[in-house]
Amino acid sequence: MAGTQLRKSHIAKWRGEIPIESLYTAGIGGQRFFKALKEKGELVGTRCRPCHQVFVPSRQFCERCFAELTEEVRVQPDGVIKSFSYAYVDHIGRRLKQPVASALVQLEGATTVMLHRLLDVKDLSRLSIGSRVKAVIKPKGKRTGSILDIEGFRLVE
Amino acid sequence: MKTKSEPQVVRGTALDEADLKRGKIFLNSYAPALRYTWDTGEAMGRYLAELKNGRLIARSCRKCERVMIPPRMFCERCFRPTDDWVYVKATGTVNTFSLCYVSWDVRRLKQPEIPAVIEIDGASPGMGILHLVRKVALKDVHIGMRVAAVWKPAVQRTGSITDIAYWMPINRRSQSKVITK
Amino acid sequence: MTKFMRRALETPKELAWLAAKAALDSAEMKLDQIDGTVLGSAPDAFDGMHMKGEYLADGCGGWRKPYLRCYVGGGTGVYAIAQGWFQVASGLFDTALVVCEEKMSSCQPHPQAAFISIFDPFTEQPLKPNLLWIFALEQNRYMQTHGIALEEIARVSVKNKRNALDHPSAQLGAEITVKDVLASEVMAWPVHRLMVSPTSDGAAAVILAAGDVARRLTSKPVWIQGVGWCLDTAYWTNRDLYYPEYVEKAAWMAYRMAGVKEPRQEINIAEPYDPFAYKELHHLEGLQLAPKGQAPKLLADGVFDRDGDLPVTPSGGLLGVGNPIAAAGTMKICELFWQLRGEAGRRQVPGKPERGVAQAWGDLMQVGTVVVVGTAEPH
Repeated sequence: MAGTQLRKSHIAKWRGEIPIESLYTAGIGGQRFFKALKEKGELVGTRCRPCHQVFVPSRQFCERCFAELTEEVRVQPDGVIKSFSYAYVDHIGRRLKQPVASALVQLEGATTVMLHRLLDVKDLSRLSIGSRVKAVIKPKGKRTGSILDIEGFRLVE
Repeated sequence: MKTKSEPQVVRGTALDEADLKRGKIFLNSYAPALRYTWDTGEAMGRYLAELKNGRLIARSCRKCERVMIPPRMFCERCFRPTDDWVYVKATGTVNTFSLCYVSWDVRRLKQPEIPAVIEIDGASPGMGILHLVRKVALKDVHIGMRVAAVWKPAVQRTGSITDIAYWMPINRRSQSKVITK
Repeated sequence: MTKFMRRALETPKELAWLAAKAALDSAEMKLDQIDGTVLGSAPDAFDGMHMKGEYLADGCGGWRKPYLRCYVGGGTGVYAIAQGWFQVASGLFDTALVVCEEKMSSCQPHPQAAFISIFDPFTEQPLKPNLLWIFALEQNRYMQTHGIALEEIARVSVKNKRNALDHPSAQLGAEITVKDVLASEVMAWPVHRLMVSPTSDGAAAVILAAGDVARRLTSKPVWIQGVGWCLDTAYWTNRDLYYPEYVEKAAWMAYRMAGVKEPRQEINIAEPYDPFAYKELHHLEGLQLAPKGQAPKLLADGVFDRDGDLPVTPSGGLLGVGNPIAAAGTMKICELFWQLRGEAGRRQVPGKPERGVAQAWGDLMQVGTVVVVGTAEPH
């Protein structure tokens, strides 16, 4: 039986929605990271010695060897761009007024990369993998315990 | 190596509501815009159109000798395309029911809703549809109760299962009623 | 297993890890000894993570391993064991780690809101149904068909919540009476509040191994003797809900594989799915452990108590331990594992139980998933 074009006498479409809102906890790993960020403006990770990994943001366990991670490591807000992109459209395809630059940044001391915004990028051609960046952290009064407590990363000249 | 016995300590951290109030728990929220436009398909397309006309329609499978409502274009038992459109009555028998005091969004209701599975006259035995029963005392609702559809006035019908406003117990005279006010 | 809780601080991934790690530790195994991983978890909408199978992989030991997610609604927790069983029984893997997880508390305002879309958009959603309706409609039909009284159903809540007092993971263990159950508010008649299992966060995990590997790992392996699963039509209003045909079919599939001919005689412990009190009875009949309509009487006679002839839900079940959808079914498998090894502590049923059956259920009164386990190695 092949597909069918609906006749005019039929009702063709029905609209509906699933009305939920998701409320996420940061978890054990996340609590550690956001507490340090909110209260002290610091970026922390956790170390897995057998796997030679430092995960930033901090995690409760190592997915490679499954060990519980309790050794906290503070990393400096300096890092290196491992990849970057600029988006000209938003998530549903609408054109943006200004392209939005984002990057995967490896902070010094971490073995993982973090996704975040690149700030004040006037000249897109100056961005390259390997560029040095620094995290811009909001002042204490404006921090809420969110990844957005980091304003973004700025190129270091 | 041998496995140990059941651990005495199980882990997992219950979220402390007091900590939550004090802002010590870091949360993030997101409401996805889950809006859908579903294509009705041939069976539902016709079903809804007939509801707008104030009629219930079913599909038959000659091999299985079933008249099925809601209608479908293939028989799920023998996997053949179904054969004919069959109009059925807007009267039926309550197969099961409930008195529900909780709304779909978890609010307490003073007056319960009465959802029921109603076996439709003219369809095969046991062929029921889900709908709501009204205009009956709670203590009188029973399995086996005979009911009839009460339709919205034609101008208010849109091609929806709610073109039938509700079902109510049949008396000797009424068959299927239309709300007149 | 983790604790089962109303709201957990842990992320879904962390919950999965806690259970998976506990399973590995109890078997004194390392993650690199696991060949394949299976995850069971129910709708993405609960945890709020689209494609949550991929998100949960790290917590399930799935990092750079063959990994598969399975989902059959509430039937998932028992079906995931069957999924893991395939992988080992096929000869492809020597070991498999099966993890089931659910975090329902993320779903606001209530997980109920996600369920509106389980109903048909054209014929049912406009009536604004909720999940209570289908259970209440089924319970009413079951009661009416057999002339069962509410008191008889209430006994299931009493038994299971009491059993749960002895379970370290339990969310709602309690000492209550039939009177308490019937005095609790009517949610959707004939369902009272104390007949309904809670929404929960939690995870449970099981390690499966091929015969020769299992015998190296432990002196008391518990063998998977049979698996079965069956799905009925989604046109639930076209069925007589008084009896779960799909559970019967799934059960016989598992029993045949296990060489069980007279389940009532050959099964020593049963863990049927009990999201609502009446469901335990409904499912026991589908599992062929009670004649149709007779389960309530056997319950009243004490047959299903922990020290009865056929202990049923010695764990405390969903009603007592909790109902993080997929993890709940796996909790029942864990219970059989501990019971058959004599390691269930205060919940231990007397005698030396040799064979148990766990069953889960899901969707629109649709799916039955069954696993038979025992101390005897199948041939």
